[in-house]
Amino acid sequence: MSTWQNPLRDPRDKRLPRIAGPCGLVIFGVTGDLSRKKLMPAIYDLANRGLLPPGFALTGFARREWENQDFAQVVYEAVKAHARTPFRQEVWDRLAEGIRFVQGTFDDDEAFDRLAETVRQLDEERGTGGNHAFYLSIPPAAFPVVCKQLARSGLAHQDGESWRRVVIEKPFGHDLESARELNQIVNEVFPEESVFRIDHYLGKETVQNILALRFANQLYEPIWNANYVDHVQITMAEDIGLGGRAGYYDGIGAARDVIQNHLLQLMAFTTIEDPVSFSPQSLRTERIKVLAATKPAQPFSETTARGQYTGGWQGGKKVPGLLEEEGFPPDSKTETFAAITLEVNTRRWAGVPFYLRTGKRLGRRVTEIAVMFKRAPHLPFDQTSTEELGQNAVVIRIQPDEGITIRFGSKVPGTTMEVRDVTMDFSYGRAFTESSPEAYERLILDVLLGEPSLFPVADEIERSWEILDPILEFWSQQGRPDPYAPGEWGPPSADKMLARTGRTWRHP
Amino acid sequence: MIIDMPTTNTAKVNAKIVELRQQGGAVALGRVLTLVIVTDDGEKTEEAIDAANEASREHPCRVIVVARGAREAAPRLDAQIRVGGDAGASEVVVLRIYGELVEHGETCVIPLLLPDAPVVAWWPSEAPEKPAEDPIGQLAHRRITDAATDPDPTRALEQRRLSYAEGDTDLAWTRLTQWRAYLAAALDLPPHEEVTGATVAGATDSPSTDLLAGWLAAYLKIPVRRVPPRKNAPGINSVVLERKSGAVELTRPDGKVGTLRQPGQPDRRVALARRNVKDCLVEELRRLDPDEIYEATLLEGLNRVNIGAEEPAAAPA
Repeated sequence: MSTWQNPLRDPRDKRLPRIAGPCGLVIFGVTGDLSRKKLMPAIYDLANRGLLPPGFALTGFARREWENQDFAQVVYEAVKAHARTPFRQEVWDRLAEGIRFVQGTFDDDEAFDRLAETVRQLDEERGTGGNHAFYLSIPPAAFPVVCKQLARSGLAHQDGESWRRVVIEKPFGHDLESARELNQIVNEVFPEESVFRIDHYLGKETVQNILALRFANQLYEPIWNANYVDHVQITMAEDIGLGGRAGYYDGIGAARDVIQNHLLQLMAFTTIEDPVSFSPQSLRTERIKVLAATKPAQPFSETTARGQYTGGWQGGKKVPGLLEEEGFPPDSKTETFAAITLEVNTRRWAGVPFYLRTGKRLGRRVTEIAVMFKRAPHLPFDQTSTEELGQNAVVIRIQPDEGITIRFGSKVPGTTMEVRDVTMDFSYGRAFTESSPEAYERLILDVLLGEPSLFPVADEIERSWEILDPILEFWSQQGRPDPYAPGEWGPPSADKMLARTGRTWRHP
Repeated sequence: MIIDMPTTNTAKVNAKIVELRQQGGAVALGRVLTLVIVTDDGEKTEEAIDAANEASREHPCRVIVVARGAREAAPRLDAQIRVGGDAGASEVVVLRIYGELVEHGETCVIPLLLPDAPVVAWWPSEAPEKPAEDPIGQLAHRRITDAATDPDPTRALEQRRLSYAEGDTDLAWTRLTQWRAYLAAALDLPPHEEVTGATVAGATDSPSTDLLAGWLAAYLKIPVRRVPPRKNAPGINSVVLERKSGAVELTRPDGKVGTLRQPGQPDRRVALARRNVKDCLVEELRRLDPDEIYEATLLEGLNRVNIGAEEPAAAPA
């Protein structure tokens, strides 16, 4: 089969999109927010771009007493409200023909048998060819029972001709041990190559652009190392609080929620060595290598900080503190801000600290990677003329306002020699982002195509817990997180953490 | 914002653009290409600008519209600059030229090209006989024509074949992409059998149908029959690829919904609406290197297409 070549495919033909082969998608937890706001619109957008196979089937599974058409109505509304591309009746009609709903609970054998029957019928009616992906948009606690049900009802069974894949979302455990357990549960039913773990950051164009920036250009790579880089700051800040998310967040905290997955993946992309090729395998190899070389810097009392937001005024509104949010116990030790220091023990990065921080109720919503460069070894100006000169920086803005900023010194116009920081900006553009695909579109399509580049494997998940676990353990022995006012950039301890080495956080 | 500059020259236009940039912030930065639209002045000019503005959302560009007015008038250049809400994510410079200047449009374009950025020329309606030798075509890395808008599309396509140069492309080709994608995807799947015959049906004056037949002929290395549509369906009507186990058929009787039929599998319907100019332009601007596939289709494929007269030998729809 491998020798057969499709005569209509020419590698030079860049116009032809890769359309997924005949297949269907089953979503568990269709009533959830993610499912309505991201998954369903993304599926429609893919259909609208002509990237789904003819006869594509979408099956929902949930407890609600719905008929197929009720579910179709829910999808329709989600698409109308959240789809990125314009609504086209003829595209919707084709998609709607393939929408099914199966009512049941996860412990209900009969419901899963009905699901198996539905899927089999779809193979007949729609020609999905036995290829199905199962999207588990459900709490991880439900994974074991759902996986068991998928195995029992034969839904997980794949033969040589057809495939079955499973898609899971974060959190991938809450420490190394639980992550291993979870991987084991999933791998008992699905082999590792059929497991797709979604980290939606990896589906973002800007994140993929890091690789283009680094490896397609001559300009950056020569200085992308410890000789020139002073330190790196990776920030993911949100301005919203945790109202209504206590069930998920309490006891988890910012580090587990964001650093373990998104920030460590961003760091991996920033620090990897050139992959041998852009094949999924070699990219993974490099990511795992760099994660294995990464260690948290000690002592933790000086290299980490954590905080919890208090009540106060933010952006013209009075907002409650975490302890007053509904569902959080008044003595909750859950951190809503976390900052850690990592070191990457490779020849390229030895001695360069990587500062990762994330938090809720911070100044504004922003995610960026700032590579801060060392000062020029000698400045042929007198002291006063470079007073206002900072460090050169390359900032990769992940969201919002995707793009790249370069900061450097420039002469201030006038008769005196005075140098001040200016920025040079590349922007994907406000308008451009409207039509650049959503991360979920890319990722769902990759699942259907069986293209694993942008999905972390079990090994990566376990490596990242190994990095984070010692810090979490240290924190668990400390008291409460430091309080910080809403709308600020974290507690004073975060600033002290950098001040010890004479550095400051960038204002993102 | 729209600024009219009657009876002017390009130096003044350039100065105005710089002035606008300084006043309004970095409007002109980050443009990735210059798109030159060449048309006769009239209603179609606005349609083309609208399409370019839409396309600029994906490809921020400077749009220069060369609108040729009356040749009998005294030579004159009227310019109009549009930025902000009136220009999508682009900045649009409309150059209305009259009199003798009509023959020398390129002299107005050169001073306004973005530095060190690719140039794309687009003739939304009638194109020059040899786009690559046209003065404006010579400035461009890529030349986009549209055979379907020519009064005689079949002759226009033949002309494209005779005058092909690297960097040429035609929107009649772009309109095919979705068809080609579905056909290629259908052959991706087992059984992996050789295609022994192919028939393409479509309107007699549809250059896209001709190109689809040409593409199949060039890549499957078999003669392809090109026949008129079953009814008066617009554009491409159907494709039948014969294989040992049965035919793969993709039909679109109504210009909107396609049906994919394969042996041993249920019929599958796909949204396959005719694409509008904006979509095609967005796709064209995505790549700026020569399109070898189009070249092979045009130069090798079209010759192998047999124009048949009878109805396609397809199973009844």
